[in-house]
Amino acid sequence: MEKSTENKKNSISVFWDEFSRSNLLVILLAIFTGILLGGVLVAITTNEVYDAFRVSFWGGLGTAFKTAWNTYVSLFTGSVGNPQRISAAFESGDPLTIRRAINPFFESLVQSTPYIFGGLAVALGFRAGLFNIGVEGQIFIGAATGVWAGYAITGLPTIIHIPLAMFFGALGGALWGFIPGILKAKTGAHEVITTIMMNYIAFRLVDWLLKFPMKDPNEVTPKTPWVLDSAILPRFFDSPIRFHLGFFIAILMAVAVYLLLFKTTWGFELRMVGSNPNAARYAGIKITMTTVVAMVLSGALAGMAGANEVLGVNYRLLPAFSSGYGFDSIALALLGKTHPLGVILSSLLFGFLRNGARSMQLSVGVPIDIVSILQALILAFVAAPAIIRTIYRLRESKHKEDLVSLRSWKG
Amino acid sequence: MATLSNTQTVQVGKGIQKRDRRRRITMGAIFLVAALFIWVVFVSNLEPGVTTRFVMNPGGGSAEAADWVFPAVTYLNIIATICALLGAYQIVRGFGKFTYGVLALVSILFIFGFLSWATAGGQTNLAGLLRIMVVRAVPLTLGAMSGILCERGGIINIAIEGMMLTAAFVSTVFSSLFSNLFIGLLAGVLAGGLMGLIHGVLSIKYKINQIISGTVINIFATGITSYLSSKYIQKVQYQYLNEPGMFPQINVPVLSKIPFIGPILFSHNMYVYAMFFFVFLLTFMLFKTRWGLRLRSVGEHPKAADTLGINVFKTQYMAVILGGMMAGFGGTYFSLGSSGRFDEVMTAGRGFIGLAAMIFGNWHPVGAMGAGFLFGFFDSLSVRASLLQVPLPSEFLGMAPYLATIIVLASVIGRGHAPAAEGEPYEKE
Repeated sequence: MEKSTENKKNSISVFWDEFSRSNLLVILLAIFTGILLGGVLVAITTNEVYDAFRVSFWGGLGTAFKTAWNTYVSLFTGSVGNPQRISAAFESGDPLTIRRAINPFFESLVQSTPYIFGGLAVALGFRAGLFNIGVEGQIFIGAATGVWAGYAITGLPTIIHIPLAMFFGALGGALWGFIPGILKAKTGAHEVITTIMMNYIAFRLVDWLLKFPMKDPNEVTPKTPWVLDSAILPRFFDSPIRFHLGFFIAILMAVAVYLLLFKTTWGFELRMVGSNPNAARYAGIKITMTTVVAMVLSGALAGMAGANEVLGVNYRLLPAFSSGYGFDSIALALLGKTHPLGVILSSLLFGFLRNGARSMQLSVGVPIDIVSILQALILAFVAAPAIIRTIYRLRESKHKEDLVSLRSWKG
Repeated sequence: MATLSNTQTVQVGKGIQKRDRRRRITMGAIFLVAALFIWVVFVSNLEPGVTTRFVMNPGGGSAEAADWVFPAVTYLNIIATICALLGAYQIVRGFGKFTYGVLALVSILFIFGFLSWATAGGQTNLAGLLRIMVVRAVPLTLGAMSGILCERGGIINIAIEGMMLTAAFVSTVFSSLFSNLFIGLLAGVLAGGLMGLIHGVLSIKYKINQIISGTVINIFATGITSYLSSKYIQKVQYQYLNEPGMFPQINVPVLSKIPFIGPILFSHNMYVYAMFFFVFLLTFMLFKTRWGLRLRSVGEHPKAADTLGINVFKTQYMAVILGGMMAGFGGTYFSLGSSGRFDEVMTAGRGFIGLAAMIFGNWHPVGAMGAGFLFGFFDSLSVRASLLQVPLPSEFLGMAPYLATIIVLASVIGRGHAPAAEGEPYEKE
């Protein structure tokens, strides 16, 4: 650095200085590094790369790079769409061709929708100092109650039926969140354990519901009846695009969670309970009440994720409903720094990854599980900014980089 | 913190007394409820003269034992009376340090009562049920002991699941490559230790929240094992990598000939014996040796331990690595002890149940094994639910252990039994 630039900083260097200290850069680099390592993994598990290395070193390196590149290109075209195909489709002017070409993008949004609900659920819990691992179970229960309201309540107009069915989904999830919440508040039973247990109870309960009370009598295998037309979340395009109203409901919920957390007294109290329970107690905040309500709201959001899937995508509940959305939600809530906007962005990232990975598996034969590996790596780097700061020789953050303040089993 | 005044100390003492009293009465109430439940639900639903028949031979075993036939109502009345007496004594006087032992006894009585009721008028293979129970308890107990090792040193380990899965995969590949079960076992244990080390680096060096660090390991382990599995060992041309073989059944001489007990406890593969050995070893090491005292002191009060010259970080690294190796050993059970191959996500949440067993067992190896048996029993029972005389869906039997965990956690353990400094990264001053 020359002295003159140090004395008189121009706007770019000031910006760079701030940016290199900021958390945003760390997150971007974490995503970049995770994707880079994922590419390395793809390359070293491809036989052609070894064949090329046997011929020459640079040829091997080139093949390795090409393999990783092809993988990510296929991930991109699978999740966003193939630009050439899209432009060709628009030139041809055939509506079906256009819809097929732009379908990957909208399908990614469809995949992101339950992530937004689930991520908000986890994030809201984190803000109150609660680790809701039970999102997966709450999604199951929400799907069951949502689908029930969707097929069993008849004779309602769409305008009432859809909110009602979503509300039932939220209600089921809320109940599943209420139990760990009240146990935590009243007895100190740690929510990590109780929510894990509630997950297993939910899986078995839904299995049983599908086999007996909610089973479609016309089917041999356990399935619920189809959701009535009046409860189906409307789609915006014709087949094959499945993009539906649920996405906007999710965005709406993110706005609601943002307003609740940051613009209301109650949200302030909730965050205070999460960040410093002792201070909250001395300030006269009712910790019991806050804990229970936070778990209920968290469960309700998770339940809406389940209802969204049955009312917007599947239209019925099947035994293989399990999706892993609940566990991914934990990772993406942390990636989004437990902020609603961050949750939306990381949900989009996860949704695009998930959708792209599916076509990646088909076209270049890279197993879909690469997405989990990417998620774990990104999460590790985001949670431990020191790793990223060491690798890229960044300066320390001005802010304390605590992701969440969770307490141990003791509560 | 250093200057607790006398009055404060007395208040704290009173608080503990009050808490202990509440806990004593709650426990007694649980015993009484168990007794009442037997009378109201079980006894009143039975015809007076009906008999229960337990088959005492798991089938294919070397020992022979006659069936056990008894009048159900009489036995249930006796069981309920014992539970009620124990409950009354617990409420009035309390069993003190034997409370958990009595809880185990009441649980066993209650389950026996349930089984007698559910079998009344028909028969159940009790020996087979218990044999499967022991087998199912193995991964849960080993997982719980992994948790105990870590948590006694102050590190929360929810990554047991991921460690087990990694070890199951690695052991499969190595055992297949070298056609040697012990190389596979060793590789699996080392892989578990490596995952433990990663957990340690993330949570001790980088001070990531331990629950998040564990979540990272779980997601990563699921991803990498499924990735490598579907890329290689599930494909036909790599099939030779997924044929690890299995540890053979070892019939303990003499002991396996004992009727009833022999086939249940003494004719298994080495994992069952290893589980008993490790439970004994870990109990001894934790509570009777200097090593254990140091480990526990780090988990309870790292600053005090540090002042006394114990290297906190070193102890914690040792704890997580040993914990990882223990989970790794438990993980190899799935591939080398149970199925003889690797399948994606084959641990199926057992690591998390092991975690629950650890808490249920009050961070004590013997307690954890008891919890492991309890979970294993319901696991084994839910498979056979259709053979029982009462129409109880297997899904509900499958829920029982989780419900029991929640109830015990909420009513008895609650706050305060975990190592005190758990979950807080230690900052050296």
